[in-house]
Amino acid sequence: MTPAVDVERETYLNAGHDLKSWLLTKDHKRIGLLYLFTITLFFFLGGAMATMIRLELMTPQGGLVSSETYNKLFTMHGVAMIFFFLIPSIPAVLGNFFLPMMIGARDLAFPRLNLISWYLLVIGGLFAIFAMLAGGVDTGWTFYTPYSTTYSNSWVIATALGIFVAGFSSILTGLNFIVTVHRMRAPGMTWFRLPLFVWAHYATALIQVLGTPVLAVTIVLLLCERLLHIGIFDPKLGGDPVLFQHMFWFYSHPAVYIMVLPAMGVISELVSTFSRKPIFGYKIVAFSSVAIAVLGFLVWGHHLFVSTQSVYAGMVFSFLSYCVAIPSAIKVFNWTATLYKGSISYATPMLYAFGFVGLFTIGGLTGLFVACLGIDVHVTDTYFVVAHFHYIMVGGAIMAYLGGLHYWWPKMTGRMYPEMWARLSAGIIFLGFNLTFFPQFILGYLGMPRRYHVYPPEFQVLNVMSTAGASVLAVGYLMPMIYFIWSLRYGKVAPDNPWGATGLEWKTASPPPLHNFDETPVVTHAAYDYSTVTGEGIDFG
Amino acid sequence: MTEHIDSTKTYVLVFVALVSLTVLTTAVAFVNLGDFSVVAALAIAVCKMLLVALFFMHVRHSTQLTKLVLAGAMVWLGILILLTLTDFATRGLAGVPGR
Amino acid sequence: MASHTRTETLALREQFDTEAQQKDASTLGMWIFLITEIMFFGGLFLAYTVYRRWYADIFAVTSSSLNVYIGAANTLVLLSSSLTMVLAVRAAQLGKRKALVVFLILTLLLGGVFLGVKAYEWNQKYVEHHIPGPDFHFEGVAQQGPAQLFFSLYFAMTGLHALHMVIGAGLLIVLIALAAKGRFSASYMTPVDVVGLYWHFVDIVWIFLFPLLYLIDRHLGR
Repeated sequence: MTPAVDVERETYLNAGHDLKSWLLTKDHKRIGLLYLFTITLFFFLGGAMATMIRLELMTPQGGLVSSETYNKLFTMHGVAMIFFFLIPSIPAVLGNFFLPMMIGARDLAFPRLNLISWYLLVIGGLFAIFAMLAGGVDTGWTFYTPYSTTYSNSWVIATALGIFVAGFSSILTGLNFIVTVHRMRAPGMTWFRLPLFVWAHYATALIQVLGTPVLAVTIVLLLCERLLHIGIFDPKLGGDPVLFQHMFWFYSHPAVYIMVLPAMGVISELVSTFSRKPIFGYKIVAFSSVAIAVLGFLVWGHHLFVSTQSVYAGMVFSFLSYCVAIPSAIKVFNWTATLYKGSISYATPMLYAFGFVGLFTIGGLTGLFVACLGIDVHVTDTYFVVAHFHYIMVGGAIMAYLGGLHYWWPKMTGRMYPEMWARLSAGIIFLGFNLTFFPQFILGYLGMPRRYHVYPPEFQVLNVMSTAGASVLAVGYLMPMIYFIWSLRYGKVAPDNPWGATGLEWKTASPPPLHNFDETPVVTHAAYDYSTVTGEGIDFG
Repeated sequence: MTEHIDSTKTYVLVFVALVSLTVLTTAVAFVNLGDFSVVAALAIAVCKMLLVALFFMHVRHSTQLTKLVLAGAMVWLGILILLTLTDFATRGLAGVPGR
Repeated sequence: MASHTRTETLALREQFDTEAQQKDASTLGMWIFLITEIMFFGGLFLAYTVYRRWYADIFAVTSSSLNVYIGAANTLVLLSSSLTMVLAVRAAQLGKRKALVVFLILTLLLGGVFLGVKAYEWNQKYVEHHIPGPDFHFEGVAQQGPAQLFFSLYFAMTGLHALHMVIGAGLLIVLIALAAKGRFSASYMTPVDVVGLYWHFVDIVWIFLFPLLYLIDRHLGR
């Protein structure tokens, strides 16, 4: 058993061993790991719900759970996965860990606020877990009124409070990132020398601070309505339930960009490193990140196409929804162009990057289908939409997260993961994912509604395929859990820069010292300048 | 980072302006301006906001970034309200039942 | 420069390189927080806009049931507290400890007056059965629903505002204690600065709440 680090060398991992040094840490790297632990827990929780859902859907008449329980399962699956796994994931784990290092800083601007952010996520999570254990919530993760305010007999208030608290975790992270990028860059680190990962997180942070507060106030009104029956959304008192939908989706649409922009930031890093080339069109990609963040705020009405939203508003939102696809597409083209004449390596992170580009493209294109008013009338609230967003969230965001985790694992832990097992699980995940979700496009188009636990018998074959895929996917997800933990003790000791990557985080030790750099770096090169990197220890297992 | 420290006199003058605008907005409310009432009220409120922001919050002396942040927030609030109004202000126009 | 061997002070924490950088970052941080607050209140302003357009006449009647003179006077109280707050910041910038403490205390007192008046107003609404809920009844309009909507918005908006004032009062108390102990100087007064920003923001919210809630079509002379 090789010790991870020289016993004499102080790293952020061995600077303090007791629980207090972790639970009261101000170190952004430790906080990143605290988040990693927390969100992995919620990933399993959400995954357990998904397993139950897919098992129930194996037969047309269900029978495993009651319809009431099924409603709770898909609700809690959504709540756990969106608010407690995906939204924090890349920013709170990889962003917290690497954003300061990438800009040459010792930490974020507000380290204690960073720790508070983590505690807020944990507290919010405890509310949500309490609600799950006490009986669950059955409104759908979208909490539409008047069901959530008046008719549901489930733990709406506890869950909503949990999301409210977790929202502030997100807001504070965004605030921290914005101030850090503006005020803590090392000498010579100009905006256009920043890694695209930083640009992506900056754009994400803008969404977090501008959008999440609207969700917060919407939840406050929801709770007032449920507790005090004040009528804000109640038609009997002259209110409008569609107002709730407007307010809810004003945040929840940009929220999907909170989930996907950081993923795109990871992909930019991976594609560049494993093509050994600068990203094609760096400035365009940087501006596209900001454009996605801005345009993402203008499209929420596409979730209200079949509500009583006016047709004219529908047309406006449909047009704007097509516009927001453009910067995303630009990024896909630029990543692809980066590959041209690049020196491609097929290490695990790159496999995830390829997976992302393909699956995100499918998800994005099907987004254009549903952005069309006429088509959406047909496919809304069917499995078509479910497949669309899972292609982006799972095929896209989760793959990018895993790719990033593999890529930066050596830096974070000082250990290499086992490359062959990692490539195998990437392949299994890719196969399992497509088997799970591609049939759902067909199911939706054929008319199977979402959030129903029974369906006409002619849909069974596709549902069984989907469930089979889900079990393959589950195996694929379990494998990294196992080998990552294995690697902590038995993995090969990692060099400072196993991938020959550019970026300041690779210029310091693996794992990094407590203050990231022994001396504040001075930046003189553009981003992705491979002439600055010697071909040191490139090790693909 | 205000190297420039405003005088007490400046602040008191701004305060007097704020008081005057408050009196004005209250008085104007009792005048029949029809649909223009709400425009007048908001215009006066915006003036008061600008006075507080520029002078009391030192935006006058602050960095471009601070001004951009403030302007951005106003724009986002505008997006929230105006884009939602594309729905509420156009319902029933198409003559389609329920839309 | 191996900066992590430096001892940390309040004015220069270990993640920063210079005091100016820290002050800049703290101020920017507060501004970003304020824009989250703008969007937070913004949701309520949206609901207000939607329902005022729909129920313009009923909102005018319900608005008239609020005492405009008390509302206006309270507005002046809050504006005065903004004046004393900015004078406190100025005192801090000039290193004048006693003046700082005095102005902070004045700000706190004026804030307290504002909250006291609001409590009185809310109590009036309670007595008149204008609080939304099973006991709600508004004389003079046929449709009780929209009237209740107005008051739901009234209490939500002024309630959220009052909550922010209470938090502000708490911050002021902390500042007064620290200022009295001589914790601030001309070179380090960032906490005073950022609490000032927060206080002025809460004032600005009220600057909008007053006309929107109290001054709807008063010329109808109810």
